[in-house]
Amino acid sequence: MPTADASSSPLRGILPGLVLIFPALLAIALLYVVPLARSVVFAFVDADGGLTTAHLRTAVELYGRDVVFTVLVALASLMLISVVSIAIAGYLTLGATPWAVTALRWLYRWPLFIPFIVAGQTARNFLARNGLMNSLLIDSGLMDPATAQSLLDWRGLVLTFAWKQVPFVTLLLAGAMASVDRSTVEAARNMGAGRLRCLIEILLPQVRGTLLVGLILSLVTIMSVLSVPMMVIAGNPTMMTSMMAHRVTYYGDYAVANALGLFSYLITAVAAYAYLRMTLTQHNEGAR
Amino acid sequence: MVMTNLARRGAANLLPAVMIGVCAFVVFGPLTNLFLWAFAEKWFFPARYPTEFGFDFWHRVFRPRAGAWTSLFSSVWIALATVGLSMMLAIPAGYALARLVLPARAFIMLIFLLPQAFPSLPIFVNIAQMFYGLGLNGTYTGVVLVHSLPGLVYAVWIATAAFAAVDRTMEEAARNLGAGPMRTFRDITLPQAFPGLVAASIFVFLDSIDEFTGTFFVGTPDISTLPILMFNASMGGNYQIASITALILLVPSIGFMLVIERFLKADVLSRIGR
Repeated sequence: MPTADASSSPLRGILPGLVLIFPALLAIALLYVVPLARSVVFAFVDADGGLTTAHLRTAVELYGRDVVFTVLVALASLMLISVVSIAIAGYLTLGATPWAVTALRWLYRWPLFIPFIVAGQTARNFLARNGLMNSLLIDSGLMDPATAQSLLDWRGLVLTFAWKQVPFVTLLLAGAMASVDRSTVEAARNMGAGRLRCLIEILLPQVRGTLLVGLILSLVTIMSVLSVPMMVIAGNPTMMTSMMAHRVTYYGDYAVANALGLFSYLITAVAAYAYLRMTLTQHNEGAR
Repeated sequence: MVMTNLARRGAANLLPAVMIGVCAFVVFGPLTNLFLWAFAEKWFFPARYPTEFGFDFWHRVFRPRAGAWTSLFSSVWIALATVGLSMMLAIPAGYALARLVLPARAFIMLIFLLPQAFPSLPIFVNIAQMFYGLGLNGTYTGVVLVHSLPGLVYAVWIATAAFAAVDRTMEEAARNLGAGPMRTFRDITLPQAFPGLVAASIFVFLDSIDEFTGTFFVGTPDISTLPILMFNASMGGNYQIASITALILLVPSIGFMLVIERFLKADVLSRIGR
């Protein structure tokens, strides 16, 4: 019976794979897909089960400032992360002083392995008005004691996020830069181009995709971390993560928390969309 | 001549030296502060540095009924259970993704990518609400399950890469010599993929040890892990206890940094996400 064989053999071919992957898929469905769907749906459902936009309006009314604050902190962090990562990865690739390259390679990775919660605690100590940073700057004569101030506001958040994420983005960037064809760089150097110019005009355009991936993953992290905003700043405005937790723990109000969650999805989605558009235009340009 | 040469070399080294100094300050400054707090007996404003050092707070943290031991054991047990659960699910899944015929394989990989691609806080909030209905809030099972979400994602990705890096020709040779599929897997595939699977387990373990958000929503106040203990101490203004707990949390992370390259080889690393 050739017909029966034709219908059963493809299934038999994929059956072992399906059986092996099913438990993991089920776990992801229960622990991720269902909560994700709930978080979107319950942002629009009122107490009687009808559709409403009241939660979204409450979220905008009460936490609009926090949403704007979150976006600004995220953008500032990403800018700082890009500048520092490009500088470090560039130096690792083009640096002319071997001992400094080795030292930098050993140094820059440390924060990557330090948990966010510990980073939050160290920032809380280090950046305070009478923290070690100001103490050291005052003792070394670089700062006047009267001008010492606490950095535990948006600046502390930006610095802490950058401290944690720069090693990650640098790791990706340095890897990408190492695999770029060296001959163009050497040629440019021979024609008298400075190192900085080589970095900006030759290396950077070729690793732009990697940089963007690193920045998007960093954005998702910044939008997900709860401990850092809770530990670094007190009061308003603060990050959306902190406000969602506040809404749930103090009011048991899951609906407004979900509405806020929707905004955080949207912000990441906009970034992902911008990335996709950029890579698609690049592809089209390459095809032409 | 010699002098100018020396001067020139000194000048060439000056800028990198300043740069390395600044980097060291940025990386180790905050960590130094953590150390100072952990061993500071007395450190009151306006003293810029601790006025007295000692181990007094270490005794206090590790006193039998101080809660640090309970939190430490909870953290380790939860992390071990999370590794067990994640690897139990990820090893078959990773093997299937790397070796077997699967419909919509790209889509399945995408599903295992999604939890890292969107902010996770709303997910944890909704898991907590679901678990509340199931009576899982404040239980070890609930915390292990919530830690297994990020754990599973890492585990599946690394396990898939580890199985993909195994030499296919050796598997085929074993099959040709008459070994069954199970025996081939046990004697050929598994030993070769083992370092990658160990790396995956270490990742999951550390992620669970350091996890804060999920435990905060699902576990508290009944279950206290080290991050929760640290957070509470810090919010309560008890910087010594917070810093000591933070140092304990750093031990596995730094240890991991020193050994990871032994387990996560370049051939596995280059296959992650494919």
